[in-house]
Amino acid sequence: MTLLSVENLQTHFFTREGVAKAVDGVSFTLARGEILGLVGESGSGKSVTGFSILGLVDEPGRVAGGRVVFDGTDLVGMGEGPLRALRGKRIAMIFQDPMMTLNPVLRIDTQMVEAVRAHDTVSHAEALERARLALEKVGIPSPETRLKNYPHEFSGGMRQRVAIAIALLHEPDVIIADEPTTALDVTIQAQILAEVQRLCEETGVAMIWITHDLAVVSGLADRLAVMYAGRIVETGPTAEVLGAPRHPYTRGLIESVPQGKLHGARLRQIDGMTPSLLNLPAGCAFHPRCPRADAACRVMPDLATAGPRAVRCHHPLTDEETTP
Amino acid sequence: MSALIEIDALSKRFSSELDMAEKIARLLGAKLAPRTVHAVDRVSLELAPGEVLGLVGESGCGKSTLGRMVAGLIRPTEGAIRYRGQALATRGGGYRSRDEALKIQMIFQDPMSSLNPRLQVQDLVGEAPVVHGLVGRTDAHGYVAELLAQVGLDPAVAKRYPHQFSGGQRARVGIARALALKPELIVCDESVAALDVSIQAQVLNLFMQLREDLDLTYLFISHDLGVVEHISDRIAVMYLGRIVELGTAQDLIARPNHPYTQAMVAEIPRIGTAKRRFSAIKGEIPSPVNPPAGCHFHPRCPFATERCRSEVPVLRAVAPDRLSACHLNDGV
Ligand SMILES: Nc1ncnc2c1ncn2[C@@H]1O[C@H](COP(=O)(O)OP(=O)(O)O)[C@@H](O)[C@H]1O
Ligand SMILES: Nc1ncnc2c1ncn2[C@@H]1O[C@H](COP(=O)(O)OP(=O)(O)O)[C@@H](O)[C@H]1O
Ligand code: SF4
Ligand code: SF4
Ligand SMILES: [Mg+2]
Ligand SMILES: [Mg+2]
Repeated sequence: MTLLSVENLQTHFFTREGVAKAVDGVSFTLARGEILGLVGESGSGKSVTGFSILGLVDEPGRVAGGRVVFDGTDLVGMGEGPLRALRGKRIAMIFQDPMMTLNPVLRIDTQMVEAVRAHDTVSHAEALERARLALEKVGIPSPETRLKNYPHEFSGGMRQRVAIAIALLHEPDVIIADEPTTALDVTIQAQILAEVQRLCEETGVAMIWITHDLAVVSGLADRLAVMYAGRIVETGPTAEVLGAPRHPYTRGLIESVPQGKLHGARLRQIDGMTPSLLNLPAGCAFHPRCPRADAACRVMPDLATAGPRAVRCHHPLTDEETTP
Repeated sequence: MSALIEIDALSKRFSSELDMAEKIARLLGAKLAPRTVHAVDRVSLELAPGEVLGLVGESGCGKSTLGRMVAGLIRPTEGAIRYRGQALATRGGGYRSRDEALKIQMIFQDPMSSLNPRLQVQDLVGEAPVVHGLVGRTDAHGYVAELLAQVGLDPAVAKRYPHQFSGGQRARVGIARALALKPELIVCDESVAALDVSIQAQVLNLFMQLREDLDLTYLFISHDLGVVEHISDRIAVMYLGRIVELGTAQDLIARPNHPYTQAMVAEIPRIGTAKRRFSAIKGEIPSPVNPPAGCHFHPRCPFATERCRSEVPVLRAVAPDRLSACHLNDGV
């Protein structure tokens, strides 16, 4: 059942150099309890997509079109009051830097009690107990004591756990997680991923997991949406997209990650670099880098849907081409 | 085979500065005195000519400090570095000779911060070789053009400034700048860490191509075991200032001996097509200010015994071409 549906979202930045269409016609759905991996390289529009859902886009940007339908209501154009009532309550966000969530000069208990009471009228004692339970849930040892600490008294990994605990306080329906493990060391990243996976199963929260790291979402997400230059170029069930990518960019991304098998050999790289949003190539934005490009690619391809998968490409790869 | 460079029981201790969190703590009234950090603790390594040695470990384990000592940017507290048998830097010893210094170059993670923003690429790349007499001033233009082509840049970019480049292009400028001094050994410190994966693949390919074309030797430092595995002949795994395992790349990944290496190998980013159950070794990376006694890894190690809490395991041969520092190899 669809919980969140993003329809033809347009988020543009009106800069002095021109209009940057950071999100240009993005559509996807999220079902209850589902984990959607939103992947792409830096500047492709992942974070702006996440911010747009929550109405958190700042000047010079704004949502210039499309709808974000959450549980039957369009959030685009909704007033700041009703949006604030949703944020943190039914849709929560986790950032790469937990200090986006945490206040450095307040104790954790103060911040968490405040977060509980922002949406629920409960006693201080009750709010504190909920805070303690949330810390316990994300695997923070001796939560009672830790509540009395300041953010700086936690390691980076533990700080991120606290931010996740705050996101969980109101048992939201959706969590938007923007690269929350990117800055962490691998063993700490793995700990957080293990907790997140367990929490998703226990609470049934749906999640949009934003990342540049295909390996992380390959193990975590039910479905993937791959972004390039403000558009989704491919979506589908994770195993299908990674096992048999249809879009040349998706395939290029997969083959760029060293996978052991090719030890010491040349990686199949994607040539060229990400285009500037202010100066996008006409038609398919990937064409200057694409080995399959031809004259047809000067016209923007539509996102063509087949079953659970969709691809935006005039010459998608076939299964024979992608299976080794 | 004689080593190109020998690192002999090298140590570096810092008296630690306060980090951001600690500065805030001090504002809040905490009393914090400076302490000693054992950043690198008696590390010995050899690099053969033409070899790529990968140095991997999590943040703060001392990789950059070791790399900077090898590149002659900081002085060791103890121990010696020998280049082609000649001592480079010793405690209280003299500075390295200029010729040797040029033979070892370092490439950093963020080439932007190591490039002067007010200089054109022509000067960023071409100035040092002129100063050191590797090329005459009149030939500098041609020399830079050649280097830029070698790293896959249009020689016309020589007129541009660092901010006019993308991340991938800046990485290439950083490489051209190091190559300009005709080094034999390059210390690459997280040189691809900040790059998007598609650009990272391009730069890794470039590193491998250059190694082949120029017979370069690399000390390739990275936190990413997947990247290190791909590019290295041998891998050294570091934990809190010490080498805990050393072996040939593919064999070490296939059969890790040390429990820490085993944990790192389990977390190599692999693109699978099946959902996986994430599981992880417990515990946090301890501080090098006050490292756990005995085996530094014991608080996180699933196999730790009483002995591990008090006795430092020695890095020793446990199989052909393999060193490991774990008491389990003694049958405990
Ligand atoms: N404040 C801003 N002003 C102008 N352009 C912006 C701003 N924030 C984002 N953008 C544009 O939006 C694009 C997408 O940004 P973002 O969503 O942060 O990318 P990602 O998260 O995929 O790395 C950027 O390439 C940039 O051009
Ligand atoms: N100039 C310095 N002064 C004080 N401490 C330092 C200095 N440089 C590094 N350190 C400390 O030494 C340890 C190792 O650092 P580093 O070599 O940068 O590790 P890595 O590169 O593996 O992340 C860290 O605890 C770091 O804080
Ligand atoms: S539309 Fe053309 S240029 Fe774009 S990805 Fe497909 S084949 Fe390549
Ligand atoms: S020496 Fe002990 S604690 Fe250290 S890695 Fe081996 S078993 Fe684990
Ligand atoms: Mg982002
Ligand atoms: Mg470092």
